[in-house]
Formats: sequence, C-alpha cells, structure tokens
Amino acid sequence: MKHLLSTGSLSHKQAVRILDTAGQMAATQAREIKKLPTLRGRTVVNLFFEDSTRTRISFETAAKRLSADVINFSAKGSSVSKGESLKDTALTLQAMGADAVVIRHHASGAPHTLAHSGWTHGAVINAGDGTHQHPTQALLDAFTLRRHLSGPGDVTGRDLAGLRVAIVGDVLHSRVARSNVQLLHTLGADVTLVAPPTLLPVGVDAWPAAVSYHLDEVIDTKPDAIMMLRVQRERMSSAGGGFFPSPLEYTRGYGLDARRLAAMPEHAIVLHPGPMNRGLEISADAADSPRAVIVEQVANGVAVRMAVLYLLLAGSEGTQDETRHDQTNDQPNDQTTKNETKVDA
Amino acid sequence: MSTGRKYLLRDVAPYGGDRTTVLLADGVVAAIGPEVSDDDATVIDGRGLVLLPGLVDLHTHLREPGREDAETIRTGTRAAALGGFTAVHAMANTTPTQDTAGVVEQVWRLGRDAGWVDVHPVGAVTVGLEGERLAELGAMAESRAQVRVFSDDGKCVHDPVLMRRALEYVKAFDGVVAQHAQEPRLTENAQMHEGVVSAELGLAGWPAVAEEAIIARDVLLAEHVGSRLHVCHLSTAGSVEIIRWAKSRGIDVTAEVTPHHLILTDELARGYDPTFKVNPPLRTQRDVEAVRAGLADGTIDIVATDHAPHTREDKDCEWAAAAFGMTGLETALSVVQETMVDTGRMTWTDVARVLSEAPARIGRVSDHGRPIAVGEPANLVLVDPAARRVINPEEQATKSGNSPFRGRDLSGCIVATFLRGRATVLDGTSCDEDVVVRW
Ligand SMILES: [Zn+2]
Repeated sequence: MKHLLSTGSLSHKQAVRILDTAGQMAATQAREIKKLPTLRGRTVVNLFFEDSTRTRISFETAAKRLSADVINFSAKGSSVSKGESLKDTALTLQAMGADAVVIRHHASGAPHTLAHSGWTHGAVINAGDGTHQHPTQALLDAFTLRRHLSGPGDVTGRDLAGLRVAIVGDVLHSRVARSNVQLLHTLGADVTLVAPPTLLPVGVDAWPAAVSYHLDEVIDTKPDAIMMLRVQRERMSSAGGGFFPSPLEYTRGYGLDARRLAAMPEHAIVLHPGPMNRGLEISADAADSPRAVIVEQVANGVAVRMAVLYLLLAGSEGTQDETRHDQTNDQPNDQTTKNETKVDA
Repeated sequence: MSTGRKYLLRDVAPYGGDRTTVLLADGVVAAIGPEVSDDDATVIDGRGLVLLPGLVDLHTHLREPGREDAETIRTGTRAAALGGFTAVHAMANTTPTQDTAGVVEQVWRLGRDAGWVDVHPVGAVTVGLEGERLAELGAMAESRAQVRVFSDDGKCVHDPVLMRRALEYVKAFDGVVAQHAQEPRLTENAQMHEGVVSAELGLAGWPAVAEEAIIARDVLLAEHVGSRLHVCHLSTAGSVEIIRWAKSRGIDVTAEVTPHHLILTDELARGYDPTFKVNPPLRTQRDVEAVRAGLADGTIDIVATDHAPHTREDKDCEWAAAAFGMTGLETALSVVQETMVDTGRMTWTDVARVLSEAPARIGRVSDHGRPIAVGEPANLVLVDPAARRVINPEEQATKSGNSPFRGRDLSGCIVATFLRGRATVLDGTSCDEDVVVRW
C-alpha cells in the first residue's frame, strides 16, 4: 500500500491492520504527552482544493502528533477549475520534498490522477474527491463501530462481521457513502442504503449493499447502527426542480428524530460525518442523544489519520510489501511505536 | 491534374477478392486485369494486399481555424491520408465557427492547398453553434465549398422547432443535418456513461436515454417533414434499436458509429485517464455488441472517426477538467478490421461500403467512394490486413497524442493511398515532397 485512494482497494487484512494501528494511536492520545517522534523530519502537505476546515485540522493534528512537518496548501480561490493547477501545484510540492500529500479535491479521481501521474513521488492520501471517495472517513466510522459494537474486551484484530448498518441520505452525491459501503462490506458488515430514489445513483444495484426507500421499515429491522449523511439544502433547488420537493418532506421521510431514535434497538448507535444540518437530516434530540457518537467520531478521526500516515510513511518494511505475512509485518511496527513512545515520554 | 506518374498495382485483391493488376494513370483507373502492364509505371507488389476505394470520413475535427495548437488542416489531413482516407468532412466547431460561406471556403481552400485529401467543410446548423437561429445554410451550400452536411456537432440542435426548420430548409440543396444527439438537460456536467462504473467512480453520468430520446424525436421529425437525417456517432444499444425501427418505417435516416465505440467500454474510465473521456461516452460491453451487430446488418450505415485532437494541456489533468475526444484517423481502418473483418462479421466489400461508399453518398461527394472500375477516379487505398502494429501516438502524423490505442497492438496497415492517381502514402509512409510541391 503506497497510497490510500479508495477503500475499495483495501483488503480485509489491511483494513483491520489500519484499525488496530489506530487503536494503538488512540491509546497514546489518552496520555498527557500526546506527541510521538515517529515522523520527525518528514513532510506532510495538506493540499486542499476545496474548503474543509474540520478534515484539514484533523489531518494536521494527526501529522503533528507524529512530529511531521505540516504544510497547509489551500488552493481554493485560485483558478483551480482548470487541471493545470493540480499538476503545477503537485510539481511545486514535489520540489518542496513532500513525503505525503493529503489531497481534497472537487473532482472525482483527482487523487488517483495525482498518484499515478508521476507529478509527485510521495504517498497520496485521499481526503475526499468529488463524489467518489473519502477513505479516512470510512475508516474512522469503522473504527467507531468496532469500538462500540464488536463486543466486550480488547477489540484488536476484530472486524465488523454480522453488524447491520443503515446509511441514510444523499447517497448519490456522497463520497462518504461510497467509501463506507466498500469498507464495511470488506469488514463483514451488512449495509442498507436508505434514500429517496432521486438520491441513489443509477448502478447502485451493483454495490454490495441493500437499498430501501423507507427509513421506518429499515429501523423496524433493528439495525446496529445508523449513519446519517449530510443533505445539502442546495439539492432541493438544483437541476430538474430538485431532488426532493421540500426540506420538510425530506425530514418527514428520512430525518432521524426522537421517535425514530426510540424505535431503534437499545444498543444501536448514531453516526454522522458532519457537519450536520440540524433539523434537516437529524433533529437536535437525535444529534445530542447519548447514542450519538458524533463527537467521538471526530476524536477517532485523528487516531485513524495518524495510523494511515504512520503505515504509509514510517518504514517501508511495514507498509509497502503487503504480500508478506502480516505477523512479520506487524511486529516491527508495534516495536517502533512502543520504543518511540517511551523515548518521547 | 496528372502528375505524370503512373502506378501499376500488381496482384492486388480488390475488395479482398480475386487477385488482379490495376493501372493508375492520368488520375483515373486506366486498366484492370491480370495481364495489364505498363513499362513506365511505378510497380507496387500487391501480393497479400487488399485494394479498396479511398476512405471517406464524414466526421473529422481538423481544429483549424482556431486551435492550430491541437491540429491544423495540414497535419490532420496528412494523418487522414496515412489512415487511408482520400476525403474528410471537417466539422464546424472551429473558431470562428464554420457558419458562413467565408469560413467554409477558407477551410476548403486550406484543404486544397495541403493536398493530402479532399476537405469538405461541414457547415454549422445554427449561428455560432448556439442553437438559436439558423446559420446561412444556403450561402454555404452555394459557396465554392459546396457544403452538403450541416452539423452543430459537439452541441445538439435540441430545440425541436429549430431542428424541424433545419431539416426542412436543407432539402432545397439536397443537404443533410448531422445531429449530435445529446439532450442537454439530461447531461449537464456529465462526465461518462451513467451506469455501474459511474456510480462507483463518482463521475456524473451521461445516460443512454439522453442520446436515444433525441434520436427518437429526430427520426419522427424527419418522417414528418420528409427530410433526410444523419445521426452522428450513435453509441447505445437503444439507439441502434430506434434506427432499425425508423428504417423499417421507411424514414430517410442514416447513422454512424465511431471506431472507439466499436471496441472500447466505460471500464476504461476506472483509471481516471482522460484519454478515455469522449462524447458520447464509452458505453458498456452490451452496447459495443449492439453497435457491432447494427453495423454488420446495415442498421448503422457508416463508420466515422470523430477524430478529435486535443493538446496535452487539455488532457493532462483530472478527469472533470479534461476535454472530450480522442484521435482516430490513423487507427480507424485497423479497428474496423479487428472488430468486424477479423471476427468474420463483415467482408472487405462491406468495409468499402461503410468507410467509403456510404459516407460519400451521405455527404454527396460524387468523386469518392466510387467502384474500382476503369475510368473511375483513382481514389484508392491499399491495405495489408496481415500486418500488425503497436500504436504509438508520438509517431502519428496528427499533432495530438490523445489516441486511446496507445500501446495497443492492432491489425492491418495502410500500405498506399492514392488521391486522383497521385500517391499520398507509399510503403506506409506519407509522400511529403510529392504532396507539398503539387499545388
Ligand atoms: Zn459529436
């Protein structure tokens, strides 16, 4: 694994390994001194062609806690509608010696293009591309699901086998949904997509997920978790007279409110990738309920991004050759983490 | 217009049939027969070679005037000759648009000056391709360029009233409207075929129905006003069905398919390589099968390249920012051979029909796509079907490198091309000096 572009290319082993590593990272973050020296002298560039303060800060925090140098490059506002700027920006970053480029771009596939163009030699991490993928979001969601729902005790090494997860909302435009469907499927969960038919892509029937148009029916099947997707208000007024008739009608059909929350099983949790549209896809009751793990998702995001940066950058022995046995790969990595933590503490 | 040089094509197989010898002299086919000889003629050993009428492309983007950085009339027509063409129709989406007699005459003249193939400019249907009011179709038809094919290609004449008027108006000079069938509202910001692959890649979909709905409307309009209609680059199984239905009703419609839609699918978008970004988009394997079947049974009349050169800047970027289109003049015959002849679905006689005779007839080009017979203009191409070659865009004559066949091994090579008895290509190489001094 040289880059992280899509959850579709992660094997079960790789995915579990990232979650396990994130678990170790999270443990270090509970300590008073959070910083690890692992990536000292390495440069991580946050290349954001699209505004997302929360994702950028999460990656920045993750990189800094691993002692990497961070360069934030916001290309928004410059003439990024033409592709030259991606190429020229990448060449500039290459000249600066970027070891990893974290890229957020409005065009689906831009991270893939960056990774395969020869414009940069560093690892490319997709921080969200168009309506394609947002793999670290799916990984942090999986991490959160595993922590809460995979049973008592140490969750290391576990996957999400048998868990039933409903993903609700604007699947059509959602990179979070695409990433989650692939990753949760790889990890053994059963995914049901819930949306009005206008917000599901043609071709969704080929995805490893069930599809429903009715949230209440899906809640009646007692899912273990429900993931609410952000619905942009603009969707109502865009091409073709909108994807749904009114925010009110959307909320009635697909919003998570106190009534629907109460109908869910006792143990079920509520996720949302943020930022939330309170009152549209999720009511304040649901968002602020103890079963919502939305704030925890943010914290887990840092741990997962630390794990991804660590696995991609810290020593080729652990990351680049995935054909080797995981056991032999895992050991030196665990060692490194522990040793370096000690030094730092 | 004789060059003085004569060619004796010895032991060639016209239409892939029986071997014979063909003498080209004074711009025409002077003699045909196994015993024909001529001591003054340049002899070409034609054993194993197929002789066809020179290819005619109804859909070429030569980019001049306006985008000479991507292609010029000279480079594009040289590429055409190397691809076996003797005539091409230059699409109207130039800058300025080919929507006046002045611009089409300029393109026509530049084609003549280049001398590689006959250039027949296509006239825009509407002023500036804006889809708002008819361009001066009559003036273009009566100009020295004698325009007979009118198209807003790249854009669809989507206003049904305007389309009706255009279909009616061109009847006065036996013209044809060549429609780029794309319902604009259904394809806003569309990036690739809408289906399983677009759903996964998160690229906005170009649904098949956006093409089929316009074709269905247009064949009915053509029937209603009694006009002839040509459908550009149809790409879906549904479009083939509609054309088949229209023809069975006696509607005067012709249809084309591009080489790339005969062989490539939307799976190629998975690498986000904009080389494979094209309009209409690459479709599914099922659609590929349907257009092959449609071409084989005559539902689809012709193969046209939609040769669309683009500069590196316009392709060396993320998918959404890249231009639509791929080059095709120098690979068209190979793709048709590989998909239709090598598979046994078509004969070389059929190839002559779909790549020469029918496009010449649709474009009302009287001196191309003629039979290989004594007295006919010597517009011919000699093909070696047994040869194979690996495509390298950097070695092609087109100025642009956006061939979707880079690195691909394709059947068949053009050995020689003759325009009115003069070789534009010999031994697979363009006859640069002869052509340049000609005019
Ligand atoms: Zn077109």
